Amino acid sequence: MARRAWEVAATVTDPEIPVLTIEDLGVLRSVEVDGGGAVRVQLTPTYSGCPALDAMRDDVLVALTHAGYDDVRVDLVLAPAWTTDWMSDAGKEKLRRYGIQAPTGRAAAKQGPVRLQLAVKCPRCDSLNTRELARFGSTSCKALYECRDCLEPFDYFKVL
Amino acid sequence: MSDQHDAHGDVSVDQVELVEELAGAGAEGHGAVASADAAEYAMRLGDDALVLAQQLGMWITRAPELEEDVALGNIGLDLIGHARSLLHYAGSATGRSEDDLAYWRDEPEWRNAWIFEQPNGDFAHTIARQLVVSTYLLELYGELSASTDPTLAAIAAKAAKEVDYHRDHAVQWTLRLAHGTDESRRRMIVAIADTWPYLDELFEDDELTERLADAGVAVLPSTLRDRFDEVVAAVLAEAEFEPPTGRTAFIAAGRGRSGSHTEHLGPLLAEMQVLARQHPGASW
Repeated sequence: MARRAWEVAATVTDPEIPVLTIEDLGVLRSVEVDGGGAVRVQLTPTYSGCPALDAMRDDVLVALTHAGYDDVRVDLVLAPAWTTDWMSDAGKEKLRRYGIQAPTGRAAAKQGPVRLQLAVKCPRCDSLNTRELARFGSTSCKALYECRDCLEPFDYFKVL
Repeated sequence: MSDQHDAHGDVSVDQVELVEELAGAGAEGHGAVASADAAEYAMRLGDDALVLAQQLGMWITRAPELEEDVALGNIGLDLIGHARSLLHYAGSATGRSEDDLAYWRDEPEWRNAWIFEQPNGDFAHTIARQLVVSTYLLELYGELSASTDPTLAAIAAKAAKEVDYHRDHAVQWTLRLAHGTDESRRRMIVAIADTWPYLDELFEDDELTERLADAGVAVLPSTLRDRFDEVVAAVLAEAEFEPPTGRTAFIAAGRGRSGSHTEHLGPLLAEMQVLARQHPGASW
């Protein structure tokens, strides 16, 4: 029961990164179906102010309604807080093919007295010879980089 | 959606009865009703975040470079996210929505500290304000994530990760301006001096925070002061600035928490609230 509902919800994509599903992102947290067929979905926002979340929430509702579930509720959960560590490997690969470099390293590397800034690979030519142009990019979750070998700019999904 | 099915083709969102507007607080907080005290506390934090977000939004198209339009806009967006969650929770005590609180309260009902409503000034002033508030917020949210109130704890844990980026941004710009040109250094020094009088209010305890801190719900503001001073002193040392001296007593008694505000809040609210008040009940 819940498996099927999960699969329906998992087809919803991020409107800002259409190659990624909410399952790839780790935004889809849980799907429960009770005896009466009522579906309860839990989503978690990537960033507190992410405007894509409203759209994802509506899309989950639409997808499940379309699949025949009449009683659907989509709740948001903040705890535990979303981290890029939850992004699936398949999702990271899709992201790279789309031209956005996936987060490198684990979120924990960002904490504590010694900040570790891992190298970011160019998603086009795989060069490590890249440079951060702007920490804040086209959306809250991305930074803007440029590759010094192929000279192309690219987005990098920041570790959170 | 599967490849053949367009989410917005067969069933339009309008036909689906949406359960409710986006609720900031999650399942732990979904439908969680704040106590009167916790609501007042959440309103203070929410107002700080929302007023600052509104200020940062004013920089869009006016920042020194395009990347800063984007950075300040992004930081403001994170803060709106925090404000929505906090005000949603604050409103739960009295049956008001986050929008009710944002658009339908007048000046005396706002609970933000004065530093948040001070004008943007030049870019250095905005960075000085960012240095102070992001350092304060990072310490605050770090502590608050251990709150006994599950909703406040969840909001704080989420916000802390984002504010970490905000502080990094502020520190980097503080140092860049400090060591950039004579002009940028001069302006940064002025900005720090102008900002410092508003610090004390952030760390003042009152009956509400004392009551809530005793219950493990809130963070007692005064307990954040030492770590704040330590972090900021390190940044100022790296900037080779003399720390501003003499706690500037004339503004030490900022009274934003009780609804008294400087002359700057009124115009800011007027702009922020005008659309909602001209078209009551309108939604996107």
